Amino acid sequence: MSEALRDLAGYIEERLDGKIETAVVAHGELTLNVAASDIVDVLSFLKRDVQCQFISFIDICGADYPTREKRFDVVYHLLSPRQNQRIRVKVTTDEDTPVPSATSVFPGADWFEREAYDLYGILFTGHPELRRILTDYGFEGHPLRKDFPVTGFVEVRYDDEVKRVVYEPVELKQEFRNFDFLSPWEGTDYVLPGDEKARQG
Amino acid sequence: MTEHNVRNFNINFGPQHPAAHGVLRLVLELDGEVVSRVDPHIGLLHRGTEKLIEQKTYLQAVPYFDRLDYVAPMNQEHAFALATERLLGIEVPKRGQVIRVLYSEIGRILSHLLNVTTQALDIGALTPPLWGFEEREKLMVFYERASGARMHAAYFRPGGVHQDIPEKLVEDIGKWIDPFLQTVTDLDELLTENRIFKQRNVDIGVVSLEDAWAWGFSGVMVRGSGARWDLRKSQPYECYSEMDFQIPIGKNGDCYDRYLIRMEEMRQSAEIMRQCVNRLLSTERTGPVSNTDGKVVPPKRAAMKRSMEALIHHFKLYTEGYRVPEGEVYAAVEAPKGEFGVYLVSDGTNKPYRCKLRAPGFAHLQAMDFMCRGHMLADVSAVLGSLDIVFGEVDR
Repeated sequence: MSEALRDLAGYIEERLDGKIETAVVAHGELTLNVAASDIVDVLSFLKRDVQCQFISFIDICGADYPTREKRFDVVYHLLSPRQNQRIRVKVTTDEDTPVPSATSVFPGADWFEREAYDLYGILFTGHPELRRILTDYGFEGHPLRKDFPVTGFVEVRYDDEVKRVVYEPVELKQEFRNFDFLSPWEGTDYVLPGDEKARQG
Repeated sequence: MTEHNVRNFNINFGPQHPAAHGVLRLVLELDGEVVSRVDPHIGLLHRGTEKLIEQKTYLQAVPYFDRLDYVAPMNQEHAFALATERLLGIEVPKRGQVIRVLYSEIGRILSHLLNVTTQALDIGALTPPLWGFEEREKLMVFYERASGARMHAAYFRPGGVHQDIPEKLVEDIGKWIDPFLQTVTDLDELLTENRIFKQRNVDIGVVSLEDAWAWGFSGVMVRGSGARWDLRKSQPYECYSEMDFQIPIGKNGDCYDRYLIRMEEMRQSAEIMRQCVNRLLSTERTGPVSNTDGKVVPPKRAAMKRSMEALIHHFKLYTEGYRVPEGEVYAAVEAPKGEFGVYLVSDGTNKPYRCKLRAPGFAHLQAMDFMCRGHMLADVSAVLGSLDIVFGEVDR
């Protein structure tokens, strides 16, 4: 499995000269890292090339790594039914730098990019209508960012006096408790003298 | 009539309309009775599942998956369990795998029964849901007898399944199969050749295979357009490679073909269940149902009474949980509605760093505009029914 993936990675690197920054095979999956400006070229190559035929669009999602200079990953998943292979393409970006939209290659990318914009604030250029999709009408902020609190900022309730739903700042009766049970040490590595001989044998 | 008397109508379909299958709000632009634009507004059931999963340990994240596609809960858990197992590099014992396959197929029948019969309801038939829901109820009892809950099972956990199932339950499932096949035949006689049903479904919502792939369709939606593609066959997980079953595919890519595929898939699922039952009563009669390593799956209560080590492990696994090695995987299962995938990123701690849920319904629903344009208003509910939408997974 991973042998075939390595061959595929070599082929793609050769054909897309210089556009693939790194190609990694891990857990039986191939990940390509590319520059944000090249993403549309890479995706349309992967879709149209006879040896790839990644015609099935699976997913686009964001991921937030606030400690990095370019904090967001945009992760594309594609599937090739002909080759029976999956591929993952990753680009990095920050809050202000837009990523070219994949909608020209895969029409199905539309809502997935809207979702990435909604939840992370990742911008896409060339998207037909980049508006919020999952959050409430008039929502502010991007909830899946790591610096967005789980409790959010506003809560809603039905007000019997004004006869409509009203928005108010979140008021917690009890402070949100985030139990961190992560132990500061790893489990003990029991080294018994003589064990290494069994492993060698 | 002069030009200025003609105007387009904008109407709201849902979110309280029963044919909207939940909380879908469609803003329809109509030219007479012909749909010229569909704008689905989703997110009314958005609960921030992905954010919540990031706050929980891997075991605590499992119940959130029941609440995605609540029509076939265990199939979602399955994808998460597979992703976690791949990161951890652990295996599920054979009996556990067979139980998982058995319950995945029960989930598939649960979902298809609901979809086929309510699609008939949407276009005017009342009897199919009554017949179908009787069978669903029996299946939910099987869920309950295995996990203790009719719907939100939390039964497939990383490493295996939560508990072993009693032999009586396996026998009862075996006895359920043949009467069920008769029910499918009855539904078949009600619907398949029914003139109204055919008039409402044949040649409605036709999708070409090329479009289907590019729009991110999967499952029944691509098979209806003629793709020979089923993850259970092409990228087998668990012990599906050892099961004997057929994949039905369609020719025309319309709502009627998708209906026929779902009917046939129910029969095939019943056959897979029969094979699972036979194996659970013969070759896999005994054996562990979850990983026996002890570092991922907590020990059973009986072991805790006798062993200090087991007690410590139990405590640690239910408070701290287990650490998952750094890395990222994408694991997908053939859920009843299509490819349900979990993109899991671990940073080496006891909580997922990022867990993206790739729901098939989300990709299907966004093609509403593409599929309904030029159809009549009444066809919107037929197309929506054949997409098989459940809002738990679309809105997450």
